[in-house]
Amino acid sequence: MADTRTTSFPNVETTVLGADEIVINMGPQHPSTHGVLRVKLKLDGEKVVNSECVIGYLHRGVEKIAEHRSYQQFAPYVDRMDYVAAVSNGLGYCEAVEKLLGAEAPPRARVIRTILTELQRIASHLLWLGTHALDIGALTPLFYCFREREEILKIVEKYCGARLTTHAFRIGGLQYEAYDELEKDVERFCKDFEHKIAEYEDLLTQNRIWLGRTKGIGVLTAQQAIDLGVTGPVLRASGVKWDIRKAMPYAAYDQYKFEIPTGRNGDTYDRYLVRVEEMRQSRLICLQAIQNIPAGPIMARIGKVLKPPVGEVYHSIEAPKGELGYYIVSDATIQPYRVRIRPPSFVNLQAFDTMVRGHLVADVVAIIGTIDIVLGEVDR
Amino acid sequence: MPPAGGETKPAAPAAPPAAAPPKPAAAVPPKAPAAGPPKEAPPKPEPLDNELVKRYRSRFGNAIREAWLDRKQAILVVDRGQLVEIAKYSRDEEKFDMLTDLTAVDWPKREKRFDIILNLYSFVKNERLRLKVHAGENEPVPSVTGVWGVANWLEREAFDMFGIHFEGHPNLTRILLPEEWQGHPLRKDYDILTQDTAWVRENLGIESGQ
Repeated sequence: MADTRTTSFPNVETTVLGADEIVINMGPQHPSTHGVLRVKLKLDGEKVVNSECVIGYLHRGVEKIAEHRSYQQFAPYVDRMDYVAAVSNGLGYCEAVEKLLGAEAPPRARVIRTILTELQRIASHLLWLGTHALDIGALTPLFYCFREREEILKIVEKYCGARLTTHAFRIGGLQYEAYDELEKDVERFCKDFEHKIAEYEDLLTQNRIWLGRTKGIGVLTAQQAIDLGVTGPVLRASGVKWDIRKAMPYAAYDQYKFEIPTGRNGDTYDRYLVRVEEMRQSRLICLQAIQNIPAGPIMARIGKVLKPPVGEVYHSIEAPKGELGYYIVSDATIQPYRVRIRPPSFVNLQAFDTMVRGHLVADVVAIIGTIDIVLGEVDR
Repeated sequence: MPPAGGETKPAAPAAPPAAAPPKPAAAVPPKAPAAGPPKEAPPKPEPLDNELVKRYRSRFGNAIREAWLDRKQAILVVDRGQLVEIAKYSRDEEKFDMLTDLTAVDWPKREKRFDIILNLYSFVKNERLRLKVHAGENEPVPSVTGVWGVANWLEREAFDMFGIHFEGHPNLTRILLPEEWQGHPLRKDYDILTQDTAWVRENLGIESGQ
C-alpha cells in the first residue's frame, strides 16, 4: 500500500532509457486524444513503460476571470469548461453561490434543473460512448449515439435557445419557465431511449472485438482510485458505490428512486457497463421527475446585486465525469474573492499513468477514452 | 449590471415586486452608499468544538490553531510544520480517505499571504473536512503527496498558479502554463491583463496575446 501511495510520475525526459526503449509523442493534435491532450509515452517495444501527460493548451484562466466578474457575470463562463455537459457545470456553480448566499432555489426550479441535468448526463455519456467506440474501431455506435444526443440537444435548445454552452440556470433558480411541451418531449425521448440503449448494447456488449479491446485494460483498483482522488463512473467501476447524488443530495435528487451501478474489475469494460447503466438510471430519473413538476415561482428572491456575506463554501455535484466542486470565497463585494473549480477531468486524468503502464500503444487510446476527459475542463 | 437593471423594467417583478414603485427614482445612486454599512460588521464565524475537533486537539494540541463552522462546513486551521502528520492522522484514524481538492487563496495584505486549502472527504462518515495552512511568500509547505497520490497534480497546479513551494514533492513543475513562463497568475498582484510578453513574443511570434 505504501508503494502505491508514493508512486511518483517520473518525468519521461529525465528517465534513463534502456537499450530497447524509445519515447514517442502523441498529440496534441491526435484525433484520439479528445482535444488537445499531449501524451509522452516511454515504450519498450509496443509496451508502455510509463507516460506523462502534457496539458494546458486550452488554459484560459477561468479562475482568474471569476475574480474580475460579478457572481452573475461569471455564470456563463463555467459552461465553457466541460462544454459537452454545460448544464451540469452551471448547476454546480449556481448551487454553490446559492449556498454562499444562504438562499435556495424554489422546488419547481429544482425539479426542472434535475430533468435538464439528467438529460445532459445522458448526452455527455452518449458523446463519450460514440467517440470511445470510434477510437477502438467500432464506427457504427457513433452515428447511433449522435442520433439520440441530437434529440436531447433539441430539448435543451427549445428550453433555453442554446445547444452547447447553454447558460440554462440562474443563481437563485431559472431564467426561463419550462416550455409547454417539455414534459411531453422528455417523455417521448425517454420512451424511445429504452430501445436505443438496447441497440448500443447489441452492438458492443457481447462483441468479441469489443471484449478483447476493453476487458482487463486499464485496471484501477478501488484503493488506487481513492488514493488518486478519482470520482464518477471511473471510481464506481472500481467497485466503490459512491455517488454525490445519493451521498449528499442536491437539486431534487432526494425525491427520486435510482440505483448506483458499480463495476467489479475496474477495467475499461466495466467502465463501459457502468456508464451505459447510468444512462438507464438517468432516464428513470427523468421519467419520475416529469410526473410531478411542482407549480410555483422559478426564482428565489435574492435581489439583483449579489453580495454574499464574508466567508467561504465548498459545494460539489455529480457531474457526468465525476465530482465537480466549486470552492468560493466571498469578501462581501459583488465579485468573488476566489473561485476554485475542482475539475473531475483534471483529477481523473492523473490516474492515466497508473492505468496505462504495461499496456500496448493501441490500448492508450482506449484508456484515454475510458477516463472520459474534456480538455476544456482539464485546462480551464 | 446597473444600466441593464434600469432598462429592463418589465423583468423586475420577477424578483421583488414590492420594491417596484421607489425604483425609478432610486435606480443607481443609492446602491453605492448602501455598499458601505454591511461591510463594517462582518459576521463572526461560529466556533467549532465538537468531538472531532476535540480528538484532533488532544492529539496535536496547539498545532490545531482554530476551528470554526462556515455554512455548516467544518474548517480547521493547522500548523504548517505538522501538516503531514495531521494529514496521515486524518487519513488513517479519522478515515478521511480521499483528498478531494487542494488549492490556495492569496491574501497579499496579510503577514502570511497564502492559505493552502485541503478539502477532505470520508466515505465511511460521509463527511467533509477542510484543513487550512497559512504560509508566507517564501515559506515552503510540506507536500502531502506521500499521503494522497492525488496531491501530485493539485500541488503542481498550486505551485504554477501561486508560486507556493511544496517541500518533498517528487516533480514540482508547472502543469498548466509553459515551463518557462514568468509569474504566477492567480496571485492578487498579478493583474488580469498581465502576461509574460517575452514568452509570447518568442514562442508565438506575436506582439501580444490579448
